Amino acid sequence: MYPDNYRYTKDHEWVTVEGDTATAGITHHAQEQLGDIVFVDLPKVGDSCTQGKTMGSVESVKAVSDIYSPVSGEVIAVNDSLSSSPEVLNADPHGTGWLVKIRVSNAVELDGLMTAAAYQEYLGGSH
Amino acid sequence: MAESPLKQTPLNAVHRVAGARMVDFGGWDMPVQYSGIIDEHHTVRRQVGLFDVSHMGEIVVTGPQAFDLVNYAATSAVSKMAEGQAQYAGLLYEHGGFVDDILIYKVSNNDFFLCVNASNQEKDFDHIVSINRFDAQVDFASASYAQLAIQGPKAAATAQQLTATDLSKIRYYRFADGEFCGIPSRIARTGYTGEDCFEVFFDPAHAESLWNQILEAGAGFNIKPCGLGARNTLRLEAAMALYGHEISATINPIEAGLLHNMDLNKDFHGKAALAPTLEKGPSRKLVGFEMTGRGIARDGYEVFADGLPAGWVTSGSPSPTLNKNIGLAYVPADKSELGREIHVLIRGAQVPAVIVPTPFYKRAK
Repeated sequence: MYPDNYRYTKDHEWVTVEGDTATAGITHHAQEQLGDIVFVDLPKVGDSCTQGKTMGSVESVKAVSDIYSPVSGEVIAVNDSLSSSPEVLNADPHGTGWLVKIRVSNAVELDGLMTAAAYQEYLGGSH
Repeated sequence: MAESPLKQTPLNAVHRVAGARMVDFGGWDMPVQYSGIIDEHHTVRRQVGLFDVSHMGEIVVTGPQAFDLVNYAATSAVSKMAEGQAQYAGLLYEHGGFVDDILIYKVSNNDFFLCVNASNQEKDFDHIVSINRFDAQVDFASASYAQLAIQGPKAAATAQQLTATDLSKIRYYRFADGEFCGIPSRIARTGYTGEDCFEVFFDPAHAESLWNQILEAGAGFNIKPCGLGARNTLRLEAAMALYGHEISATINPIEAGLLHNMDLNKDFHGKAALAPTLEKGPSRKLVGFEMTGRGIARDGYEVFADGLPAGWVTSGSPSPTLNKNIGLAYVPADKSELGREIHVLIRGAQVPAVIVPTPFYKRAK
């Protein structure tokens, strides 16, 4: 369910890094809690983002939820297909439902995030 | 503040076993969704859905002057009600704001059954008792009733399998007392979704049995249990008011667009305070809008008209039926005309919307 090569935040985002490029999204747990996702608001390419700060939002029928950037850096790509098909976030949050790609400015930040095992333990404890 | 435990309906365990997501709804532990809000919403518009609304309160008014008390408490024309009829009404404070909105069921002139909002029930009871200068008895009866709502185009076909009462004889906003699944029940053609509807009131001891039998009877129509999430999107499309949103202690019925529901030929509690609004017209009005820009209006978001702060969103949501983002809002009366462009402040940005007629959705008869 939670890929081992991803890192996870307490706010239920995931991030995976290849070279200096991070791909980020929201976790399966996040989409499950939100329910039917109907709207996604993402940053623009070229925006800078800071770890732990708001970079966008996702909305379900019932609720609005902020997305916090899991790492700091510059946005180099956004998943535009989500604006017309936000339901992909429910169906495949860890894959085709990725939100943004970020050029990482400080790779050390990743060390502060949870592993898949730690995140699942965190979910278990938060229930 | 000490946390008081959430109140539960008799079906709480059934909801949990069925995998419903539970939320705190005004102090009640209630299912917000089962299969998903959008799926449940479409199920009610196209087939039939089942809602546990046992959290709703019941107040019974009886006695020689039961009619006089109900007629004084309610804004509506109770005098025009036939036995076996239901009517929507406001309960108002002396100052003209809402205590609650309710459904009145007239059993007889000496016996009225009031269905009131869950989180207002104690307040409503105290209010009615406080204005009771009549020979009438007011009883808090919520513990005696579970309430299930069968809603959708297949509601009648589902419910008819479970009762000998001829449901085709119960017209919209009428009710009959009979047996439902063999249990003495009040069977009403009322609802909160804009679809054909039946609501059944009965002894809570039988809640699980009736719940299961209704699901079984509706299986051929793909009936689904539905939560409060779909109930909200359905009632919003039908532009039905929700207490705490469209109506509250600081809103009067004229502002809320309920003038047609008021009987101005009688005295009712709170009427005197409405005289200035009746004479001059309301300064603000409830309007429907749909977003023309990209964004979803949410409850409490600020509304701008002509570039100036003008009001607030009372309810806002995506509309699964219309596939648009819709909402209700209070705006100044002189800026409330159909077709006017307004703006909703969404995360710091003014997003355009247009005032449209309500209800947003009306079922084909």
